[in-house]
Amino acid sequence: MPLTPLSIPTVGSMGKTGSWRTFRPKIDHSKCTRCALCWIYCPDAAISRQDDDTPVIDYDYCKGCGICANECPVKAITMYREEE
Amino acid sequence: MAQMLIDTANHIAGYAAKAARVKVVAAYPITPQTTVVEKIAEFVESGEMDAEYIRVESEHSAMVACIAAAAAGVRTFTATSAHGLALMHEALHWASGSRLPVVMAVVNRAMGAPWNIWPDFSDSLSQRDTGWIQFYCADNQEVFDTIIQAYRICEDEHVFLPAMVCLEGFILSHTYMPVKIPDQSEIDAFLPPYKSGWTLDVNNPISHANLVSPEWYMEFRYMIQEAMENAKMLIPKIDEEYAKRFGFQYGGLVEKYMCEDADLILFTMGTMGSEAKIAVDNLRKEGHKIGAARIRVYRPFPIEEVINLSRQAQMLVTIDRHISFGMEGFLATEIKASILNQKDRPMVAGFIAGLGGRDVTYKTIEKIAKKALKYMRSGRVEKETEWVDLRE
Repeated sequence: MPLTPLSIPTVGSMGKTGSWRTFRPKIDHSKCTRCALCWIYCPDAAISRQDDDTPVIDYDYCKGCGICANECPVKAITMYREEE
Repeated sequence: MAQMLIDTANHIAGYAAKAARVKVVAAYPITPQTTVVEKIAEFVESGEMDAEYIRVESEHSAMVACIAAAAAGVRTFTATSAHGLALMHEALHWASGSRLPVVMAVVNRAMGAPWNIWPDFSDSLSQRDTGWIQFYCADNQEVFDTIIQAYRICEDEHVFLPAMVCLEGFILSHTYMPVKIPDQSEIDAFLPPYKSGWTLDVNNPISHANLVSPEWYMEFRYMIQEAMENAKMLIPKIDEEYAKRFGFQYGGLVEKYMCEDADLILFTMGTMGSEAKIAVDNLRKEGHKIGAARIRVYRPFPIEEVINLSRQAQMLVTIDRHISFGMEGFLATEIKASILNQKDRPMVAGFIAGLGGRDVTYKTIEKIAKKALKYMRSGRVEKETEWVDLRE
């Protein structure tokens, strides 16, 4: 046994944690300035950047914490209830 | 060349951190600890010590920074007292659970309320069950020697646990005493560079202390218990090796003084152990067969040594600079627990003394011993826990 539990990062070792989500962030790409703050702040690294810095949310792992929406300086991200 | 200094125990703790070639110090000031980390700040500023000195916003952060640095594979040190230690409480479990050998000087100070800056053991003893090794020192030389030894013990591959080196505020922390600092090359020969049990590495990412289900949690706890038992075996060996190299020896887990033929043994911790020796000398002159045993290592607790001491004696006396409210002093409880399954075991009488820095001199200890001698002769402990010199 290791001295303390150690694990090598793998995708989805806890399953698709996006199922924990109650609020879903949605990016309005017409407002987005490609500043990448949402990408920096996302605590689950569930936002990736395309070649032109356009952010893309991975809904398989986004838990819907809303930090990206809170940090977005141009209010381009809105949180919607999952059932909406 | 070894260096002779006359300095305070706090400054000496700083010299020990330097001599141990500590690489990261994260600290927050609190009386009576502050001059430990001030001394280290001086060393780092002047370039005498090659270390990162991290000023943090709280003791909790200080401990977490030390944990992170230790996880990155370097030797770490911090120091605190009383409420600062209490604020670290949660992080203390993370250090031991992650098996990271952080060494910390705890300059013992009473807990508020009411505010009090003077010494007792209520701060460090409140952290008894955090999985940290606990050493208690009786003089400034022992503070230096124990910090150096602590790294050897904690970083041993069969241990990998953190340790507190406890010293009483003011009685030691701000008191000047002569101390011998061995030559750096001799210390380097005794204390090799830290080799971690596991290390964070950006090129080979891992996460640690992850969620562990009920199927495995107990096993990780058991490994800490085994590590404590290993430390108990190792500490006396390190004490002997240190004595051979540097000339100072402290009895390993328990410093025993005239216990071989003693009917009555006084159990103490910290500086009370030095006072107890004078009390023993005086009472022996009066014809009483008394000995003194200073518990130098409180975790792991030296159960086997206490049992050995209990074979000859008729009466064991505990002097606790601490009270577990609603029970008794921890030392009383643990001495009783240690000998419970022994046949013809001696009686145990518990005394509470020196809370919040009230002096416990050899005279106090003689008074305690005489009361306990009376219990011994009558065969009955009249009072399970007695508060010494209490104003009523």
